[in-house]
Amino acid sequence: MSLFNKDTQAIFWNNNSSAIQRMLDYDYTIGREKPSVAAIVAPTSASKFEKFFWGGDEIMVPLFKTTQEAKEAFGNADVLLNFASFRTAYDVTMEALELGGFKTIMITAEGIPERLARGMNEKARELGVTVIGPATVGAITPGAFKIANIGGTINNIINSKLHRAGSCGLVTRSGGLFNELSNIISINADGIAEGVAIGGDRFVGSVFIDNLLRMQDNPQVKYMLLLGEVGGTEEYKVIEAVKSGKITKPIIAWCIGTIAKYYDSGVQFGHAGASANAVRETAEAKNQAMKEAGIYVPNSFNDLPDTIADVYNKLKKEGVIREIEEPKINEIPKTRRNKNFVCTISDDRGEEATYCGYPISSVATPDTGFTIGDVMSILWFKKRYPRWAVDFLETVLKTVADHGPAVSGAHNAKVTARAGKDVISSLIAGLLTIGPRFGGAIDGAAKYFKHAHFHDMTPAEFLAYMKREGVPIPGIGHRIKSVRNPDLRVNGLKELAKATFPATPLLDYALTVEELTTSKKDNLILNVDGTIGILMVDMWRALGYSEEEIDVFIEAGALNAFFILGRSIGFIGHILDEKRLAMPMYRHPWDDILYDVHLAEDMKV
Amino acid sequence: MAQKAIREYDAKSILAKHWEKYFPDFTYSYETVLVKSGDELKKISKKSGWLTSKSLVAKPDMLFGKRGKNNLVLFRDSKPGDVSLQKAASWIDEKADAKQKVYFDFDGDTPRGEPKEDFLTHFIVEPFTPHSQEEEYYISATCVGEDDVLYMSAEGGMEVEENWDKVVEVTFHINATEEEIASKIQANIPKDVAVKDKEGFAKFAIGFFKAYRELNFAYLEINPFVMQGNKIELLDMVAKLDDTAGFLMREQWGNVEYPVAFGMEEKSPEVLAIEDADSKSGASLKLTVLKPDARIWTMVAGGGASVVYADTIADFAGIEDLANYGEYSGGPTTDETAFYAETILDLMTRKKDAKGRDKVLIIGGAIANFTDVAKTFTGIILAFEKYAKKMKEVGVRIYVRRGGPNYEKGLADIKEAADRLGLYIEVYGPETHVTDIVRMALEK
Repeated sequence: MSLFNKDTQAIFWNNNSSAIQRMLDYDYTIGREKPSVAAIVAPTSASKFEKFFWGGDEIMVPLFKTTQEAKEAFGNADVLLNFASFRTAYDVTMEALELGGFKTIMITAEGIPERLARGMNEKARELGVTVIGPATVGAITPGAFKIANIGGTINNIINSKLHRAGSCGLVTRSGGLFNELSNIISINADGIAEGVAIGGDRFVGSVFIDNLLRMQDNPQVKYMLLLGEVGGTEEYKVIEAVKSGKITKPIIAWCIGTIAKYYDSGVQFGHAGASANAVRETAEAKNQAMKEAGIYVPNSFNDLPDTIADVYNKLKKEGVIREIEEPKINEIPKTRRNKNFVCTISDDRGEEATYCGYPISSVATPDTGFTIGDVMSILWFKKRYPRWAVDFLETVLKTVADHGPAVSGAHNAKVTARAGKDVISSLIAGLLTIGPRFGGAIDGAAKYFKHAHFHDMTPAEFLAYMKREGVPIPGIGHRIKSVRNPDLRVNGLKELAKATFPATPLLDYALTVEELTTSKKDNLILNVDGTIGILMVDMWRALGYSEEEIDVFIEAGALNAFFILGRSIGFIGHILDEKRLAMPMYRHPWDDILYDVHLAEDMKV
Repeated sequence: MAQKAIREYDAKSILAKHWEKYFPDFTYSYETVLVKSGDELKKISKKSGWLTSKSLVAKPDMLFGKRGKNNLVLFRDSKPGDVSLQKAASWIDEKADAKQKVYFDFDGDTPRGEPKEDFLTHFIVEPFTPHSQEEEYYISATCVGEDDVLYMSAEGGMEVEENWDKVVEVTFHINATEEEIASKIQANIPKDVAVKDKEGFAKFAIGFFKAYRELNFAYLEINPFVMQGNKIELLDMVAKLDDTAGFLMREQWGNVEYPVAFGMEEKSPEVLAIEDADSKSGASLKLTVLKPDARIWTMVAGGGASVVYADTIADFAGIEDLANYGEYSGGPTTDETAFYAETILDLMTRKKDAKGRDKVLIIGGAIANFTDVAKTFTGIILAFEKYAKKMKEVGVRIYVRRGGPNYEKGLADIKEAADRLGLYIEVYGPETHVTDIVRMALEK
């Protein structure tokens, strides 16, 4: 089987945007349907996604803080591209092995402590996970999936025929020479079917033989090319497999580092994995042994291209390799521009503008079955809520629409309108008062009650907690209303919720808190702001949102938004009222102001 | 290279530092000092009283073994165990004064092969430990293939190699648990270990192997150690550390140094400067000067490509003409490349070729995966600008071959710069076989 196919998706650990862009450019070029990077793990990033080009367009790839979250969201992504530094690469790999669900883990860091690398590789082997690296540029299944930077630029990829499957299985240690050999193979043969750079460190996960055995079983691979190095004995395992008949496909091989014989061990040629401790480990000895086993070994690296051409032409003559039909490729535009804005709720580019996929005409008229609450639910939350939730949203809007001319917002709107300003200025003047003291209790009630309930605080504990925080409990208390003189708006909301919500756990909890507070003082009731905030949380919970998702709504100010929208109806009413009455400029009377003005002191320093 | 040899003194210091953790049932006096001269030894003796109260053993501590066979262990003046501080100090000065011949291979007691000759600069001095041959044991551990191997023998000392058939080898899987390790060691204690020592030997070996694993030794050997009840003396030690674990072991290893082996040339300031730059960079910068007067210098990108170029130069010109080996990779910055290039240009323009030929500079590399070729070449061009005059005086021909991101611009830039500065240059891209510029340079 091949290492990857056209549906393979990866989780990319570390937001290495240029490498990820190279992958997506590759995907686009070869006509993949889904991007090869499903998600990015970026532990220190505050963003939720990163934008990348997809051809000339842009797409968003989600960011997660941990591998676990990314894996939970994208269970099908079974490749981990571990781009952590040598300090953390081990931990990242081990965590992924613990989590499970990864078939292949690629590790790019060079110089992971050897003992850690050995333990990590062994554990992966036990679990049947293929590790590529450490200290590697990766692997590629041309025409299906490529890891990060392997193959270099998209131009080089096309020049080296890495955009579609050829016939050669290529395995090297070095990443730079991998590229070079892909180029040589494309010039002298028909490109590669699969390629792996196993990595330059002394202890790497999958070794030559692991990859060659897989290629032996991959019908797309017709012959293999192995570029070995001085040092180690891995090539002898390949020789054994050839001798025992486990590998039957032709192999071309060469070990670099023939120069090492001239120098003693003081000179380190090439990779950490490349130093010969015995004659057997020299490049010469290995080249000789491979030749004797019937592997195609050129006389020098310089002659390698000829050997490749010979083997390829022979296999072609025998009919093992057939002519490849060159596939169509999608060209990436020469110039691409980053988009400054992202929109995920509506689109005005087609025949008719849409709200989250619904053409406006399909939601506007009564016969469509959409009410204003439905439109809010799709534009605000990108989901079509069930009837009971939509009814609740609309009830909230109606309940908060106005509260008379005396409250600060309505007063401001009226004063501004009387100064001769237009509707929008007056409305804004009113809206600007909405905040922590006016209307803001909805957010606060939702936040604190949810927190207390989530942490299983008893009402007494919750009160003590709020006392320590030094905040009066948001959503509790009313100027006039009390237990004996209940707020009928609150009653209405509670009854609606009881009758239509699947469950109201937070409201039930809040009522036990109210019992305690009203036992202290009669007017410390659950007020309308508190009821709305709490029921919103109950609604979202019943709709299946996670606690974290609900927190995001609260943090974003979605609850206050209901108050802002609802109360705008009232403010506009007051403004139109002023205009209609043609009220004059308002000036506050002197006798309503306490004047206490003193001569400003001179400061002497 | 990940595995680096350390001094015997440092090896003992590391074990001593963690003695309680690994060898709680044993005591070790850790009476050992490292000195460069007799004077220094005398000075230290004021702090370390045992140097004056005990008779001493002195030997060089410079990463080579077979010091006894090379007559470089001082343990007797007129009879074994009578070496005074005075005697040790004068012996050290005498040995440090002139170059010493050291043989690395022996057939019995007869030296084999060529000796290396160099100054002895570091000596380790310890108390003389009277003991019987039966109390000497051998133990070592290293990694073979994928596994760790522990070697134990009742025959410690100089003759362990001759008696290698008596050494017990125990192999451990990398992820073996402590319980598995302990029971396997207990089951494999060499037969010849004295009955009274068997239990102690097993305890010591378990602690030893644990220390080898946890302290990230790549190789650890004590030959011999002396076991007298619960008292241990480490008579001779050899150790290598896995220096990639350095960032984990800062505390555990302390201030350990990685000396150059006896008889090897000290690293030049240029090589040290590149090593320093390498350690501070996310990219890789490596330089080894092979023959500073030779004609062909290489500045090759990539670990694999650099080997291929060296192979090809050896094939075409022989190694006498190859001046250096090195590589830069992993996307070095312009500044880093400029520094690397300046270092090489400085070295290659110090002298003219003895036979009056032009020198050859190979700026080679495979097709890069992600290194921006134009950016790295900008660094090389800065170095050209600085050394153009010297390069022309010495006579340097430049051959460039490279591919990868932005290579067209990189090649055009470097050609333009060389032409402007009046330097001889030939420039090739990925259409030319990677090592073919070596042939072209040498045919001219």
